[in-house]
Amino acid sequence: MAEFLDILGGLLMAAGAAFLLFGGIGLVRMPDLYNRIQAGTKTTTLGTLLVLAGVACIEPSWGWKLLLIGLFLLFTNPLSSQVLARAAHRNKVPMAASTKVDRLAQDHGGES
Amino acid sequence: MAWVRDTGILFVTLLLFWLMLAGSLASDVLITGALVSLAIALLFRDGLSFFTELRPTLAAITTGFRYYGYFLRELVRSNFRLAAIVLSPSLPIEPAIVKVRTRLKSRMGRLMLANSITLTPGTLTVEMEGEWLYVHWVNAETTDTEEATARIVAGFESYLEVMYG
Amino acid sequence: MAEMLILLAALLAGGGFLLALWRFIQGPTAADRVVAFDVLTVISITLIALAALAEGRGIYLDVALVYALLSFLGVIAVARYLEGRF
Repeated sequence: MAEFLDILGGLLMAAGAAFLLFGGIGLVRMPDLYNRIQAGTKTTTLGTLLVLAGVACIEPSWGWKLLLIGLFLLFTNPLSSQVLARAAHRNKVPMAASTKVDRLAQDHGGES
Repeated sequence: MAWVRDTGILFVTLLLFWLMLAGSLASDVLITGALVSLAIALLFRDGLSFFTELRPTLAAITTGFRYYGYFLRELVRSNFRLAAIVLSPSLPIEPAIVKVRTRLKSRMGRLMLANSITLTPGTLTVEMEGEWLYVHWVNAETTDTEEATARIVAGFESYLEVMYG
Repeated sequence: MAEMLILLAALLAGGGFLLALWRFIQGPTAADRVVAFDVLTVISITLIALAALAEGRGIYLDVALVYALLSFLGVIAVARYLEGRF
């Protein structure tokens, strides 16, 4: 049983870390800030949750603390991304040329 | 009387987090945690916590669990889709910022909605003004407000409406 | 087997870390750097958790938690600064 949990934990960790790598790739390849934020937040959230779950499988006694870190990240990661995206948009950080429409800029056309 | 309930909820949430952090139920740990939690709850009376504004009904609690199931599934889907995008050589994206509308009224409900949108397939909340949300969409399938609301918001809203209103 | 997988996970996360570091150095805007920084800290938290496992020291998890807390506050503070709200 412990053997099985070790393997399961290892697989979860490897899968999570793979998503972290995809996040890094997205961060490098995406054409503008907003797409980079998207690549950065989602992948690191799931990636970290999977790694923490994997660690919990191997060391069940750390479970509560790992759950706490996971919950904290689940709440703060999207929040910091949103605040950053908003700050960038208010600062007129340019969007990629392929952007189809920006309703936010349209609605706030006059203001700076 | 509402503030007594809110402070109480905040106190219990903080104490719960403290106990998870400390990982023990010894009396000195419990007393320290209770005192600090009480002080913080009284100081930040209008602070939000996960359980603030959660409706005290059984339906709200069971919906909460179903919401998390749905949310985690969406999070996994979102990651696979993003991985597919960043790994494909042509980088197939069609970004746009679209406007969507929510029926949710409570602060916590709206916060949870904005967070959920950020973590699900290709969408990121950029700005929130009352009932309007501006969402950055990696693969904008539509730029119409009604359409976008149906695709981005409706799934989470039906759960959050029961939980928070 | 499990050790191999832990090592593999650390290598993959390390690759992500390097790519994010490239973005952090490259920019081009300050906001890009903050995004890269945010990703770097989250990956670091993962690496700290893996280090805790490899060394068998649960106390590292407290480090990870405090790190998560501080980086969140840091990112929020920088974002507010970028908005010109200070």
